[in-house]
Amino acid sequence: MSKLPTRPLPNLSEPDTAAFWRATAEHEFRFQQCENCGTVVWHPRRHCTGCVDGSLVWQVSAGQGAIYSFSIVRQSYHPFFRNQVPYVVALVDLDEGPRFLTNVVGIDTPEAVHIGQRVMLAWEDHDDVSMPLVRPLTE
Amino acid sequence: MTAQARDAAIVGIHEFHSRNVDGELSSLQIKAECAARALADAGLSWSDVDAIYDASEGAPMSGLTISEYFGIEPRLVDTTAVGGSSYEFHAAHAREAIRAGKARVALLTYGSTAHSNALAIGVGGRGFGGVTPAENMESFAGQTLVANYAMAARRHMHEYGTTSEQLAEISVATRYHAMRNPAAVEAMEELEFIDIRETTVDDVVNSRMIADPLHLLECCMISDGGGAVVIASAEVARNCKKPPVWIIGAGQAVKYPVIGGDLTSSAAIDSGPVAFAEAGVSPAEIDVAMIYDSFSITVLTILEDLGFCAKGEGGAWVEGGRLRFDQSGGPALNTDGGGLSSNHPGMRGIFLLIEAARQLRGESTAQVAAAKLALAHGNGGMLGSRHSAGTVILAGDRT
Ligand SMILES: [Zn+2]
Repeated sequence: MSKLPTRPLPNLSEPDTAAFWRATAEHEFRFQQCENCGTVVWHPRRHCTGCVDGSLVWQVSAGQGAIYSFSIVRQSYHPFFRNQVPYVVALVDLDEGPRFLTNVVGIDTPEAVHIGQRVMLAWEDHDDVSMPLVRPLTE
Repeated sequence: MTAQARDAAIVGIHEFHSRNVDGELSSLQIKAECAARALADAGLSWSDVDAIYDASEGAPMSGLTISEYFGIEPRLVDTTAVGGSSYEFHAAHAREAIRAGKARVALLTYGSTAHSNALAIGVGGRGFGGVTPAENMESFAGQTLVANYAMAARRHMHEYGTTSEQLAEISVATRYHAMRNPAAVEAMEELEFIDIRETTVDDVVNSRMIADPLHLLECCMISDGGGAVVIASAEVARNCKKPPVWIIGAGQAVKYPVIGGDLTSSAAIDSGPVAFAEAGVSPAEIDVAMIYDSFSITVLTILEDLGFCAKGEGGAWVEGGRLRFDQSGGPALNTDGGGLSSNHPGMRGIFLLIEAARQLRGESTAQVAAAKLALAHGNGGMLGSRHSAGTVILAGDRT
């Protein structure tokens, strides 16, 4: 029996981003901040981009933010995503700063999404890793 | 106009004739054919070339590979690879090397079989399962290439009230020019475009939505293709067959996502002023603007960033056909038909230089009367995330 196409998952051994992805299994969205200069570093990496003698420590986001921009994808040639259209890709600004690319889920229609919309993390679980999707914020 | 330094000029150009080689030619073969014809256009030969510029699309270790393949022994090799704007970077570097006396004849080539390879450049996928740290954070979300640009368009609409009808003006102007270019018409036929004709704003906004808010007719084609440009010193240029097209200014920049970054502007904000200052000219003086039209929003954003109009006012500014070659009040945009309607094998930057040179020689199929100044602006990578910008300003020999 042929396997159904699946969402492309991150490479869990990529050196700069492995720790981020490991933490997603615990539903933690981590980002880095420099102990020396305070710079919030995003995407994850080994060095501080704000100073040359920094030391980065992990912070955990509270998981809320706002949509900076988005698009409704209506055509894709990818074996998984071609069956998901229409779906929403969005850039989300977490309240702590990091802006990340994700999908908006938990919506009645894609057209309900708008810039500035408040969203919260909606984890999609896979083996050993979870995807940080977002859905409209509910109090 | 102030007198610019005229040390290096485009002296030879060639654009590959076919947009669909049916898998029968390699990108290296396309590059070599274009190189030979561009050298012939200049009245030069392989043995005259002493500097090679290559963006590595044809082969690994391209500076070495391409030298052997062409059969030349360059004393200068530059393999700057920053995507579709690589050729604007190459032109700037070639000019600097020639000014410094390190080179006399520089050869830039490009070849691609994107169509034959069925690469999804314009409307489809790509980018999944990336290997860089940044890409490893993004690949799960299924962002298509067009969705990346669509997010820039959506934000532009949100901040400035830009409309789909205004963005459509970009597509309409380039198709208007394409229909006057037999090579572009042939390309659209080879790629089996439906209903090949001049388009209207309504045609564009009524075409199928690919990734909101971008429609099919706002997306570039996916073709095979290639080209070559020969850049030479003033001394060499004086003895070439065609009038020289002088490189009088250049600027380069990169931009990438940062916390709180602005998606409505591009790296052109940084590359443009450097190029204009060096050339000693202003945007209002530019007769022909060759701006990388991967998508409609790319051009609108870059027109603003280069200072043709103020940030946020591009939508209203492009209304009414201002960008057509036979209208005044703005530069003629992509007079070969652009990536939207003539030629887009993946990295279009070389065609921007080629058509700008045609205009300043008086050889375009949508010739701007007495064109004196042209701009070529390449955007490499993706507008909505990480990208490079190369601005080159060119002057005809008649000015
Ligand atoms: Zn630091």
